[in-house]
Amino acid sequence: MTQVSMTVNGKAASGDVEGRTLLSSFLRESLNLTGTHVGCDTSQCGACVVHVDGVAVKSCTMLAVEAEGADVATIEGEASEDGTLSVIQQAFQDHHGLQCGFCTPGMVMSTAALLKDNPKPSEQEVREYLEGNLCRCTGYHNIVKAILAASGQDVSAIAAE
Amino acid sequence: MPKDSGIGAAPKRREDVRFLTGAGNYTDDINVHGQSHVFFLRSDIAHGTINAVDTSAASGMAGVVRIFTGADFEAVGGLPCGWQVTDRHGEPMQEPAHPIIAQGKVRHVGEIVAAVIADTLEQARDAAEAINVEISELPAVIDMKAAVADGSTKVHDDLTSNLCYDWGFVEENKEAVGKAFDDAAHVTTLELVNNRLVANPMEPRVAVGDYARGTGDSTLYTTSQNPHVIRLLMGAFVLGIPEHKLRVVAPDVGGGFGTKIFHYAEEAFVTFASKQINRPVKWTSSRSEAFISDAHGRDHVTKIQLALDSDNNFTAIRTDTYANMGAYLSTFAPSVPTWLHGTLMAGNYKTPLIYVNVKAVFTNTVPVDAYRGAGRPEATFQLERVIDKAARELGVDPLALRRQNFITEFPYATPVAVEYDTGDYHATMDKLEQIADLSGFEARRAASEAKGKWRGLGVNCYIEACGIAPSNLVGQLGARAGLYESATVRVNATGGLVVMTGSHSHGQGHETSFPQVIAEMIGVDEGMVEIVHGDTANTPMGMGTYGSRSIAVGGSAMVRATEKIIAKTKKIAAHLMEAADADVELKNGTFSIAGTDKSVAWGDVCLAAYVPHNYPLEDIEPGLEETAFYDPSNFTYPSGAYACEVELDPDTGKVTIERFAAADDFGNIINPMIVDGQVHGGIGQGIGQALLENCVYDENGQLLSASYMDYAMPRADDLPFYDVDHSCQTPCTHNPLGVKGCGEAGAIGSPPAVVNAVVDALQRGGKDVTHIDMPLSPSRVWSAMNS
Repeated sequence: MTQVSMTVNGKAASGDVEGRTLLSSFLRESLNLTGTHVGCDTSQCGACVVHVDGVAVKSCTMLAVEAEGADVATIEGEASEDGTLSVIQQAFQDHHGLQCGFCTPGMVMSTAALLKDNPKPSEQEVREYLEGNLCRCTGYHNIVKAILAASGQDVSAIAAE
Repeated sequence: MPKDSGIGAAPKRREDVRFLTGAGNYTDDINVHGQSHVFFLRSDIAHGTINAVDTSAASGMAGVVRIFTGADFEAVGGLPCGWQVTDRHGEPMQEPAHPIIAQGKVRHVGEIVAAVIADTLEQARDAAEAINVEISELPAVIDMKAAVADGSTKVHDDLTSNLCYDWGFVEENKEAVGKAFDDAAHVTTLELVNNRLVANPMEPRVAVGDYARGTGDSTLYTTSQNPHVIRLLMGAFVLGIPEHKLRVVAPDVGGGFGTKIFHYAEEAFVTFASKQINRPVKWTSSRSEAFISDAHGRDHVTKIQLALDSDNNFTAIRTDTYANMGAYLSTFAPSVPTWLHGTLMAGNYKTPLIYVNVKAVFTNTVPVDAYRGAGRPEATFQLERVIDKAARELGVDPLALRRQNFITEFPYATPVAVEYDTGDYHATMDKLEQIADLSGFEARRAASEAKGKWRGLGVNCYIEACGIAPSNLVGQLGARAGLYESATVRVNATGGLVVMTGSHSHGQGHETSFPQVIAEMIGVDEGMVEIVHGDTANTPMGMGTYGSRSIAVGGSAMVRATEKIIAKTKKIAAHLMEAADADVELKNGTFSIAGTDKSVAWGDVCLAAYVPHNYPLEDIEPGLEETAFYDPSNFTYPSGAYACEVELDPDTGKVTIERFAAADDFGNIINPMIVDGQVHGGIGQGIGQALLENCVYDENGQLLSASYMDYAMPRADDLPFYDVDHSCQTPCTHNPLGVKGCGEAGAIGSPPAVVNAVVDALQRGGKDVTHIDMPLSPSRVWSAMNS
């Protein structure tokens, strides 16, 4: 077992892990941050996306020991401490961008990374960016719409959610 | 103006906040103190005789608690099948035993051979690698037609053949249908495949078994669409646990689409093993396991024929279908190609004579069962494809041919045993023509052509039977369960309400939409109503959510229970206002007596029920809690018309969806935002089936499409925005809300629209291609173009 220490959502976190322990497992099982979900084992679905040192990564594809000393952000840190939803979270609710909710944490974290790099993405840019995030419920219509809305763009011309 | 509360309003979903903040409570988020972990060693051989399962090296490894093999389950019941189909000769279907852990033989890749329980999952997995399994491989039975040919290897040695049943419907009509074909002016024939799919809810299945030695109670936490059904099947048929000693909890569930209806071996295993080792046992499926253990969907091979008279009226339909059951009968598998498929073959059309033959076949593949739509997409696809082909052969407009043959008078008794209560197929087609801007197609086609692309238009209709289902009817058809739904409405002393429903939400938003109905009926704020579901310990016996039944059946039960509450509160209010019961009105949360200034608030009446100082104790009991079980008198029949426009790249065969429009008639609508979302999701899955998804076995029974690397799930850049409309509303006549259900429509209606559009594009491009089997991948399209 190896001890790892990192900052998670602004707070110091540490624990003992095996060399093979995935970051997603460490977050879910050692830190009880179960908002990060695991939907596949081939790095395709994106339900496990978190930010490591400001970069979106699939936490099922990174070892916990690789995050030693890193600054990790998960879905649990997205809303304000008083519970106010972030602009992205609020847009997902406003535009019905989620149904079962399982892919949602990864969608929100990927969106945050997209809008950081590209504050006003086109519809096509949003769709291409989401290649690594699978959703089985929404047909993506309202997810794409919510992301465009979260970026401050007018979505009133897009069919109703 | 849209309403801001009650029926027809679109409040934001209350469940979203927890899902958006990572605070959902999915089954894998549940960890029971002291739990162990199980890893299932699964067969990597499709068909073979088990010679030995040697666990001696594994059992002493670090952390291993116990290893179970088939021998440990010889005295344990197998998984039951919930539907018995009777074949066309009056004989029951062949029904093989379905063991929890393989007994003597393995029959599909993924079947459980051994189960290792250890302190950690990693230890269990390590130990499983040390188990030595010796299997003598037998020829794998994969192709359905070969499977029922003479001399085929048998999947089950104790059955007479690989034919589960040979079903004819309506058998009495067979000769008349044959004569109609003899007399037809034109016959169109189409052979097609409805491709095998994997449902792929984003949350893999999870099961946690927790036996409490002190009380002898067992609890199962599981990713289920119907926890009561799991409790009944597992308790009564597999493990012999009375229901009062067994609790099944399905908390937040990350999508179902049918594949979480069924009772699976892993659920029974963790419940059984937890008692054996006196310790909780947890199993979390990997996606790789899901592909080889979740029930698959579709997988029909069909020949359909449509007979028309000289005026292009449909006179008869005849179909021959082979339906894959896989290696064992999953919970509701036999019903899918029969009663959920044959009864829909009339579609939206007044075809007087129909005969459907279905041969259900055992193969060495994962069991096949209901997937979103379940039988109805298969019916719709073949019908709407053969009509399109007929129109092309006859040189008539496919829309006009459909309109000419529409059913226009309701109720309408089809020749396949169901009676449509309401519908207006011309209205939905009119709406579709408008929202899809069909009149603008030619200009868009010309613009595509100028870019070197071939543009095609595909249109189709659909009807489905949902709101499943009248218990007495399905009982006659072979169901071994009732299909009512239940609700208990509990009013608290301060006026808030809790609805405990047998319906289950795994993405459908019941926590938001069900309170809208209560708010409408009583006039209280939706925020005063809480929905409880998913736990057999605190909900009445219910059948769960599938078949687009939640609002039509579960909602109706809630309405009936609420009506009982209202009747009782009116009695209390009458007493408080010293008036007659019949004179009391309830409006906006206030009881009043017409023509007087007497009134009493909802909350005061509720308080009186629990503090009955001034109360008619001689007439009614204290308290406010009512339960209703609602058994529908008919199915509901949503219908609609869909249009798809594609662009086809003639150089590569790649198809892109440029426009997709859906005009649906769901009857009355509770929450239009949620309804739109349901349709979007269904269309996404339907386009996935049409263009991308395919479950592929090789001749040895190896699943080639066993991960997201190989199974093409639809991604955001594969799909367009959709234009959806449900303003055409012909309310259901036999349930109290006039609702029909919307969960499956998109997946039922969309595949034929896509294929019709691609064939149209090819024809416009000068290619004489009349059909391509799904998925319409670039290679398949290019090959068809160039063959």
